[in-house]
Amino acid sequence: MAWTNNVLRVNLTDGTCKSEPLNTEWAKKYLGSRGLATKYYVEECDPKVDPLSADNKLIFATGPLTGTAAPTSGRWTVVTKGPLTGAIACSNSGGFFGAELKNAGWDMVIFEGKSAGPVYLDIKNDQAELKDASAMWGKSVWDTEDMLREACGDNDIRCASIGQAGESQVLFAGVINDKDRAAGRSGVGAVMGSKNLKAVSCRGTTGTQVGDPMAFMQATGACNQILADNPVTGEGLPTYGTQVLMNVINETGALPTHNSNDVQFDGASKIGGEAMAEPRESDGKANLVSNAACFGCPISCQRRSQMDPNHFSVAGQPKYHGNEGGLEYEAAWALGAATGVQDLEALTYCNYVCNEYGMDPISLGSTVAAAMELYKIGAITDADTGGLALEFGSAEALCKICDQTGLGEGFGKEIGQGSRRMTEKYGHPELSMTVKSQEFPAYDPRGIQGMGLTYATSNRGACHLRSYTVASEILGIPEKTDPLTSDGKAGLVMAFQDATAAFDAAGICIFTSFALTLDDVAPMINADLDGEWSSETLVEIGERIWNLERKFNMEAGFTAADDTLPARLLKDAAKTGPAKGKVSELGKMLPEYYELRGWTPEGVPSNETLSRLEL
Amino acid sequence: MVKVLHIDAGKCTSCHQCEMACSYHHEGVFNPSKSRIKIFNFKDTGRNVPYVCTQCADAWCLQACPVDAISVNAATGAKEVSATLCVGCKVCTIACPFGTINYNSESTKVDKCDLCGGDPDCVKVCPTPALTFIEADQAGMDKMRHWAEKTDAGNQATS
Repeated sequence: MAWTNNVLRVNLTDGTCKSEPLNTEWAKKYLGSRGLATKYYVEECDPKVDPLSADNKLIFATGPLTGTAAPTSGRWTVVTKGPLTGAIACSNSGGFFGAELKNAGWDMVIFEGKSAGPVYLDIKNDQAELKDASAMWGKSVWDTEDMLREACGDNDIRCASIGQAGESQVLFAGVINDKDRAAGRSGVGAVMGSKNLKAVSCRGTTGTQVGDPMAFMQATGACNQILADNPVTGEGLPTYGTQVLMNVINETGALPTHNSNDVQFDGASKIGGEAMAEPRESDGKANLVSNAACFGCPISCQRRSQMDPNHFSVAGQPKYHGNEGGLEYEAAWALGAATGVQDLEALTYCNYVCNEYGMDPISLGSTVAAAMELYKIGAITDADTGGLALEFGSAEALCKICDQTGLGEGFGKEIGQGSRRMTEKYGHPELSMTVKSQEFPAYDPRGIQGMGLTYATSNRGACHLRSYTVASEILGIPEKTDPLTSDGKAGLVMAFQDATAAFDAAGICIFTSFALTLDDVAPMINADLDGEWSSETLVEIGERIWNLERKFNMEAGFTAADDTLPARLLKDAAKTGPAKGKVSELGKMLPEYYELRGWTPEGVPSNETLSRLEL
Repeated sequence: MVKVLHIDAGKCTSCHQCEMACSYHHEGVFNPSKSRIKIFNFKDTGRNVPYVCTQCADAWCLQACPVDAISVNAATGAKEVSATLCVGCKVCTIACPFGTINYNSESTKVDKCDLCGGDPDCVKVCPTPALTFIEADQAGMDKMRHWAEKTDAGNQATS
């Protein structure tokens, strides 16, 4: 049984760690990870809770496939209420920490209260203890992991921690595990910082049992074969990573550029996956060294990079000269196209900084882009920025402001509030490219219509990972739809949202869904757990999770008025490319979406829908 | 012909599927800490290295065992530990120059790779494949072929 049936409850106020049995009734309805942790969260927390108060809770959760031999079984999630958004936050990460937590015998860890001083949680199988982290406070994620290995005297521990950004409660601070894998979005790292919880170290040697091992191995073998044979998961992602998309999306005319003033970037080819693999002009070496895998993953889309040691951003700083987690598409877009910076090495440096200080590169890059527009129109000046010329395209300014944001210095303090708060402060809220205060990622809804509805309705604020209709609209998975039409997108978005929630709840990576359907996943769950599981039950679980998150957000104060996009995307037509002349047709899609969801015209889940889903 | 578990570290992505297959085969549980094959990840250099018993022809562990608990499987060439005979003295773990035979405190015996009886499960799940099971006498052939391809007499000085 790949539920361990053990939940670790850590009260940071009292300094206690207690084991309690998993609520198996909830587990059957919400499966695990994103779903089950959200159920626990909404049952235990007031929707109106201040995200950065001691009353908020923070949950680290695995899924029933986490830690097993299922492909991409390294996934784990952080669930809380997000300080950036005020909505339910669920940030998902890979690496090795999640599998280690499962192998230590825990389905999830619930943190409540607030510690009087800095602490870390030390887990060794069924033993868990809070320990003093005073020496680590103020240190980066990278240094913290090294110090934890030293403190534990065990090189094989896996760690999840916050850097300086989480400590200073940068509103888009992430939780970083294994030095460069991030539960990045919505500010879950700031919640951890608000609790004085610096890190979790974990060593698990108990292992993970499945219900029917023979059937499980057959099911995982079949899935591994499908992933190997698929051109996206078997070739595209291993070779170029998600960065394979940079040139594709630019040509589609859907690459948000210069704070979404443009939809195409003339520097795209210099910052994409192909450019990473080519020898640099400066030293003849490629930025990309190799790909790498998270736990259990046959896809291996991770980038390992090595910078030019003489690049201005890292010259004389050997800690950046080694092999580190390289750029992925969303980060390269946010730090690059959004800000107009086409210096691949500078973007790589900023990506390192995001891992080191613990920040979400999407929100960071997009907020810097908004600041650059404020600077351009004169709404902020050198007097505000401390003399930093925040001009579009300036690699030097980008590197400097990323440092300042991570360390809470200078104008970086304003950036650390996210673009909605920052642009409001300086009188131009229309320049914030956000939904529910969260910066949207690397797909312009004017050129990929489904993504407009995806962002507007995402329960954690603008996000591509809640319904990646790019798969259908650009890549033709599972079937090709026209990115420029909004017809039929309401149903497409809903189907993707529900399926994605099921993949997330299972504890595997959403990238498997380029090749696998829930019909492929169901046999793994069936062999893993008691009970009967089919793709239909998984879709229903996905829909239940979606509505549970929605219900929480409505109770937290959100309304249909928040299901919208920045005016720029709704009113200013794309200037170039295949989408030239198009705006997002959100107004056409949204009513249909509410109806398909079984929600009222005001976007509220109807009583009938809630009772059908047993909510 | 004896076959060997051949490692091409350059192809390893550190997915740990081999460890799960190994621990499942031998212990019935997915548990990398119980695996006989180990992936070492050297983060600073980005190198991932699988490491496992190479089944030495003249095996130190076998020579050192005072109770003859380690024997050669004639069919596979694997050096196998008899759980019945092993007394858990750990002398073999001292004798092995590579550290690939280790004590298991739960069973109170030592564990090492036994090639799964001649069809290693780690090889079956390796996606890249960094692990292959090939004839021992041919282990260098791929590398020779690789370098042979790069060898061009036209680039050498000729009279």
